[in-house]
Amino acid sequence: MSMFSVFDIAGSAMSAQSQRMNVTASNLANADSVAGPDGEAYRAKQVLFEARNQGAHGIGGVGVRSVVEDTSPMRMEYRPEHPLANDDGYVTMPNVEPVHEMVNMISASRSYQANVEVMNTSKQMMLKTLTLGEG
Amino acid sequence: MIDKLEAAFNYHQQALGLRQERHKVLASNIANADTPNYKARDMDFAGELKKAVEHGRSSGGGLSLARTSAGHLGGQGFAPTSQNLLYRVPDQPSLDGNTVDMDRERTQFADNSVRYQAALTILNSRIQGLKNAMQPE
Repeated sequence: MSMFSVFDIAGSAMSAQSQRMNVTASNLANADSVAGPDGEAYRAKQVLFEARNQGAHGIGGVGVRSVVEDTSPMRMEYRPEHPLANDDGYVTMPNVEPVHEMVNMISASRSYQANVEVMNTSKQMMLKTLTLGEG
Repeated sequence: MIDKLEAAFNYHQQALGLRQERHKVLASNIANADTPNYKARDMDFAGELKKAVEHGRSSGGGLSLARTSAGHLGGQGFAPTSQNLLYRVPDQPSLDGNTVDMDRERTQFADNSVRYQAALTILNSRIQGLKNAMQPE
């Protein structure tokens, strides 16, 4: 029954949006990480979405194509007393924009909610269809 | 007798099938609300329903089976009616080329699911009516 593919579609969107939420959480958590495992300051990450599993009519879910690093310049902060400061006394800080991240977070959670609603509605419709001809 | 039964159910059965197709299209729109360059789709429901009732769903070049050997028999699969999905015209185009308008999609989604349930209810009461008529009394 092809109605089941609605669950695939909404489910793929839910997992993509939750991955976006994960990346946002990681960005916000590392907004002040001056050194990562590689010794470099943290770079903000962004999730790229792409339409997935498209049949002949372009109907399908969504998936995460890749997680890319933000190429915008790193924030330089003047802190001469910091152990990681360079010769001029500047410390390389992550290029995370907290405002962008908050907006991203709200957008992801709203989209997630919309897809949960799609799933609930589809479930009710299917359960009702199963009772066709009863009673 | 049987063809009369089919005629009694046909219209709403087609409507139900089409509603389900449209449900999938709208779900896909909502799922891709944040995908760059995704174009929102929808169908001309009235036109498609008219076509489906007049010609049946399997006509008009449905899915054909792939024949890998000359001895295979050809077959015509169940056609996905919505062969001509249309593109929505966006009111406020967004910068990333995405044309999904969440408000509109959700309104259409709610509308579609209620109408699906309405078709289901009508079909149900029709079955009940026929059942009652067949009772020995």
